[in-house]
Amino acid sequence: MSTVTSKDKAELASTVPLSDEDGRRWRGLVLPVVAVALWWVLARADLVNSALLVSPGKVLATASDQVVTGKLWRALGASLAREFTGFLIGSVAGLLLGALLGVSRGFNRLIGPSFNTFKQISLFAWIPLISVWFGLGDTAKVVFLSLAALVPVVVNTCDGIRSTPKPLLEVARVYGYSRLQTFVHVVLPAATPAIFTGIYLALIYSWLATIGAEYLLVAGVGIGNLLIEGSEHFQMDLVIFGMFVVGLVGWLMNAVARRAERRLAHLRGAAQ
Amino acid sequence: MTIATELELDLDLRGVGKVYASNQAEGGQLQVLDGIDLHIPAGEFVAVVGASGCGKSTLLRLILGLDAHYDGAITLGGAAVRGTGPERGIVFQDHRLFPWLTVEQNIAVGLRNARYTAAEKRELVKDHIELVGLEGFEHSYPHQISGGMAQRVAIARGLVNRPRVLLLDEPFGALDALTRARLQTELQRIWQKEKITMILVTHDVEEAVFLGDRVVVMQPRPGRIRRIVRVPLAHPRNRSDPVFIRIRDDVLSDFLAPDGAPQAADEFPGDAVHAAAAPLPSLAYLRMAW
Repeated sequence: MSTVTSKDKAELASTVPLSDEDGRRWRGLVLPVVAVALWWVLARADLVNSALLVSPGKVLATASDQVVTGKLWRALGASLAREFTGFLIGSVAGLLLGALLGVSRGFNRLIGPSFNTFKQISLFAWIPLISVWFGLGDTAKVVFLSLAALVPVVVNTCDGIRSTPKPLLEVARVYGYSRLQTFVHVVLPAATPAIFTGIYLALIYSWLATIGAEYLLVAGVGIGNLLIEGSEHFQMDLVIFGMFVVGLVGWLMNAVARRAERRLAHLRGAAQ
Repeated sequence: MTIATELELDLDLRGVGKVYASNQAEGGQLQVLDGIDLHIPAGEFVAVVGASGCGKSTLLRLILGLDAHYDGAITLGGAAVRGTGPERGIVFQDHRLFPWLTVEQNIAVGLRNARYTAAEKRELVKDHIELVGLEGFEHSYPHQISGGMAQRVAIARGLVNRPRVLLLDEPFGALDALTRARLQTELQRIWQKEKITMILVTHDVEEAVFLGDRVVVMQPRPGRIRRIVRVPLAHPRNRSDPVFIRIRDDVLSDFLAPDGAPQAADEFPGDAVHAAAAPLPSLAYLRMAW
C-alpha cells in the first residue's frame, strides 16, 4: 500500500508547473525589460515626437510626484472603494440569483430566459440608462459595477449547481439525505469550484468596469479620472503612469484570487 | 446483538418488470426487465450474471428504491420496498466517493441520518476502516488512494449503517485481476462475518461462482432469468476444485452457445459475439476459447 502512495506523490510532483522551476520563471520578464530599454533609447535619441512619447524618466518623476502629494492614494482609494462595493453587491446578488436558478426548476423556467436575454446586452450599453436614472456620481458607478460582477457569478453558480454529478446525488438519496442536507453536503461542495470561478471573474470584470465607469460617468476622483486628466492636458507621462497602476492592481487581484483558489482546492483535497 | 439486527428479512421479487421510454426501440418502449421472480432468504449470497444490457443493474436499482416505476412487487421481510432505506445498502461500480471528503468522512456519509450518538458513529467508522483494512488512510482523500482502496472505502460505506441487504453493482469491474481476486476473498470474509444478504451483479462468471450460494443467469431482450444455478460448495471456495470448474463451465456455456434463445441471436447477429466478449478480463474465457 505504501508503494501506491509514493507513486501518487511522484505523479503529483510531475504536475508542478514548469514556471515554478528556478531559472525559468524569470523568462517572462525578458519582453518587458527589452521594451522599456527600447523606449528609453528612443526617447533618449529624440527619434520620436517627445510630446507623444515621453521619456521613462519623465514618467518616473510624475509617478513620484503623484505618490508624494497623495493624489495617487486618493484616486486609488476612491476607485478601489467603488470596485469593492460594486463587487460585493453584485456577487451576493449573483450568488442568490444563481443558486435559485440552479436549484429551482420552476424559478429557472420563469426567470432563466429573461436573464439569458439580459446578459446579452453589452455592459456599456447600460451607461446611458444608468446615467439618466442615477446621475454621474458614485451611486451610478456602483450600480454599473454591480451589474458587471452579477453576470459571471449568476452564470457560474447556476452551472455549477446544475452540473452536480447525478451519481453523487444518488448516493445522497441512498442515505436518506433531506433536500437541505443534499444541498449543503453534496450540491454546494460539488459546485464550489465553479462558484469560485464566477467570483474570480466578477473581481476582474468589476475592476475593468471601474475604469470604464470613471471614464464614461465623469465625476469625482479615481484612477480613470487620472487617465482622462492626463489625456485632456496632453500629459502622456500621467496617462502612462495611470495605465501602469491599472495593470498593477489588476495583476494583484488576479494573484490574490489565484492564491485563494489554490488554498481552497487544497482544503477540499481535490486535485481536479 | 439486539433482536432488531438479528431480524430475518427475506427479499422477494414477484413478476418484476421495467419499461424504459426509448425512441430507438420499436413502439418507443424498451422492455428492460420482464417477469423476474426471485426469492432470496436472509443471509444468502446471490450472484447475478448476464451480458451487458440484460437489465441486471436496473434490477439492483429497483431493489435499492432509486426507481419507483416498475411492474410487479418487491418486498423485504414482507413489507413493500418504497424508496431508499437504511436496511438496503449499495456498492456501485464507480466507487462514488465524495472527492472533497476524506476516507473517514466518506464512510461517515452512511451514518449521517442513522440513529447513533456521535461517539457510536466514530466507533462504527473506525471498526469499518479496520474491516476493510484501511488503517492509516483515514485522512486520505479519494484521489490519493488506488482504485482498489477506493472500492474498499465504498464497501465500508455500504456496510457502516448495518444494512440487512447489501447490493453490489459490479463492484470489482474496473479493477485489475489481482486486486479483484483479493477483494473477492475479502468480500467473502465480510459476508461470513456480518451474516447479511448480499446480491452481487457481475459479468464475471468465475466471480459469480466463487462468491454466490446461487448464481442467477440472466439474458437480454427483454432482461429475464434464464436459469438459477446452485453452487453446493462450502466457503471459501477453491477455484481449481473440479466441481467448481464444472459449475463455472456450465454457467459459461449459457453465454458461449445461446441455444436457449436462437431467434434472438438471429435478430441481432452481433449479440452472441458481444455476450461472449463482454467479460474479457476473466481468465476463464481464455480457457474456454482454447
